Amino acid sequence: MAVMGIAEALREGIREEMRRDPTVFCIGEDIGVPGGWGGAFTVTLGLSEEFGPERIIDTPISESGFAGIAVGAAMTGMRPIADVQYGDFLFCMMDQLVNQAAKMTYMAGGAVKVPLVMRAPVGSTRRGAQHAQTLEVFFTHVPGLKVVAPSTAYDAKGLLKAAVRDDNPVLMFEHKLLYGSKGNRAEKGAVSPIGEVPEEDYIVPIGKGAIRRPGKDVTIVGKLLTVYRALGAADQLAEQGIDAEVIDPRTLVPLDKELILESVRKTHRFVVVEEDNRTHGWGAEIAAMVAEEAFWYLDAPPVRVSAPDIPPPFAPGLEELYVPSVDRVVAAVKGLF
Amino acid sequence: MAEPLGADRLLALYRKMLLIRRFEERCNALFLQGRIPSTLHLYIGQEASATGVCSALRQDDYVLGTHRPHGHALAKDVSPRIIMAELMAKATGCCRGKGGSMHVGDVRQGVFPAVAIVGAGCPIAAGVGLSAKMRGTDQVAVAFHGEGAANEGDWHEALNMAAIWKLPVIYVCENNLYGASTHFDKVFRVAHVSDRASAYGMPGVTVDGNDVEAVRDAALEAVARARAGEGPTLLETLTYRQCGHSRSDACDYRPDDEEAEWKSRDPLTLTGARLLAEPHSLPQSALDEAEASVAAEIDDAIAFADASPAPSPDELERYVYWEGD
Repeated sequence: MAVMGIAEALREGIREEMRRDPTVFCIGEDIGVPGGWGGAFTVTLGLSEEFGPERIIDTPISESGFAGIAVGAAMTGMRPIADVQYGDFLFCMMDQLVNQAAKMTYMAGGAVKVPLVMRAPVGSTRRGAQHAQTLEVFFTHVPGLKVVAPSTAYDAKGLLKAAVRDDNPVLMFEHKLLYGSKGNRAEKGAVSPIGEVPEEDYIVPIGKGAIRRPGKDVTIVGKLLTVYRALGAADQLAEQGIDAEVIDPRTLVPLDKELILESVRKTHRFVVVEEDNRTHGWGAEIAAMVAEEAFWYLDAPPVRVSAPDIPPPFAPGLEELYVPSVDRVVAAVKGLF
Repeated sequence: MAEPLGADRLLALYRKMLLIRRFEERCNALFLQGRIPSTLHLYIGQEASATGVCSALRQDDYVLGTHRPHGHALAKDVSPRIIMAELMAKATGCCRGKGGSMHVGDVRQGVFPAVAIVGAGCPIAAGVGLSAKMRGTDQVAVAFHGEGAANEGDWHEALNMAAIWKLPVIYVCENNLYGASTHFDKVFRVAHVSDRASAYGMPGVTVDGNDVEAVRDAALEAVARARAGEGPTLLETLTYRQCGHSRSDACDYRPDDEEAEWKSRDPLTLTGARLLAEPHSLPQSALDEAEASVAAEIDDAIAFADASPAPSPDELERYVYWEGD
């Protein structure tokens, strides 16, 4: 069992899938340039040496264009893994993802499949308003897309492999502070969850969440970085006699609702922690789901801990206030008792 | 230059154009009767473009149509029955009633669901071409689009990538002079869309889009180039939308003399006259027979659609995700 970070785990997952299936290829900006970075966060570093520029395809700076190319290739027997340098640039390819990739199977009455993977780094990392957004919820609202968000190296590799083998468009959101990117691509303030990753073939099924910490007094749901904020809060709460259960859905669409509801039926209290800004956000959907489907089990209102309704700020002091902190999660949980 | 077509093959192209024309006319009538529940973007006047291009393709080549896709689909031999059933919102339609007029297609004929966002089919076609190249086939992809698409970012990004990677794609720009109600001259500084091809390092060709033989010849050249691995071509077919942009468009923005001039150069009239003249010298009865057989084929399509059920309520949430072959 090798020990590695998420960037490396993704790289190994891509490598194994490309070896297994000749229709798998990577496409994106700066992903295979010799002497380059292997994508903005090193995920594809070195892959062009094994697979060549024909399967690690560097594109012009044309996000909508290469997204469309990935869609067309996926419709005709290929399995592209497209790489967007920063999730924020997904907005440049919104039409290709939302109007084309997501709807093609439906518009064709089921006659066309689009087995496309789009990988996108998200999260506040001192890059200001256009390179640090949390934007999963723009895509979780789109019927026809699947959305995954791994927070551990094990899940990153397993979900990547599951996404490649899925016959639908899958967006994979990756948090910049969780990559464990090394060298001069390392991130300040990174959490870098290093974990054991099997060398044998495995997948993490799309649609299955994970309990990161079992507990009986309150359910805390987070995703990506906020899983770690929730775990940090759970440690502090334990010292104060509150036993929190922390759930990481891992897949945002389709959501493992039952895992969350089962937990809430046990704990009777619910907090969702998100780096998304609050209004119409991801947490709102999860909280609404809990309120609708587990209302009679709740001893307190469902609560959101979110970013404020502002663009991600640049100044480190402001950014710390923007992303939910462990202290804010602790305070939110204590407010339920 | 390709060999001139013999009478039989030119007659087959004439019949195909006639099928598209009469199909669209019947659609218009069905719309007015309330039997087609959507708007329609009719292909009337542009038949030579799709017919000429698709006559240069193989069955396993690919076509991406636009919001005006009936002609593209018919030209690539998608069955009129399943197109008509789709337009009439039936479960037997080519998209099972999920697509409608703007998304007709049939992948068995290499015709994808048409892309009704202007320009968005252009990168998808590049991806189809990339796929053909990576899979080692010599298939080609055709992206039909109007001149309006040439002012979309996707068009420029797609043409550039198709050119740098020498992808087997033919960008067929059907320049019908109007993007909805906006005239070409208001939105282009160049004389021809094909002038832009040189900016991407590919051949740009402009042909009379109402002359099915001229379109076919240019398409054959572009297809040969694509199959030989020499890359994409921008083929501009100059044509005219004889109807409004959609069913609700009375075309008050177009001068009468312009409409009259283009109608005098109607693709069916042009090809029909050519078939009757030397060297083909077909009798009028040959054209009459084409008319009769087209009418019968469309009657059959309408009867099929009429006899088909509407999608059942339990189909509502199906095919959002892939359900298997």
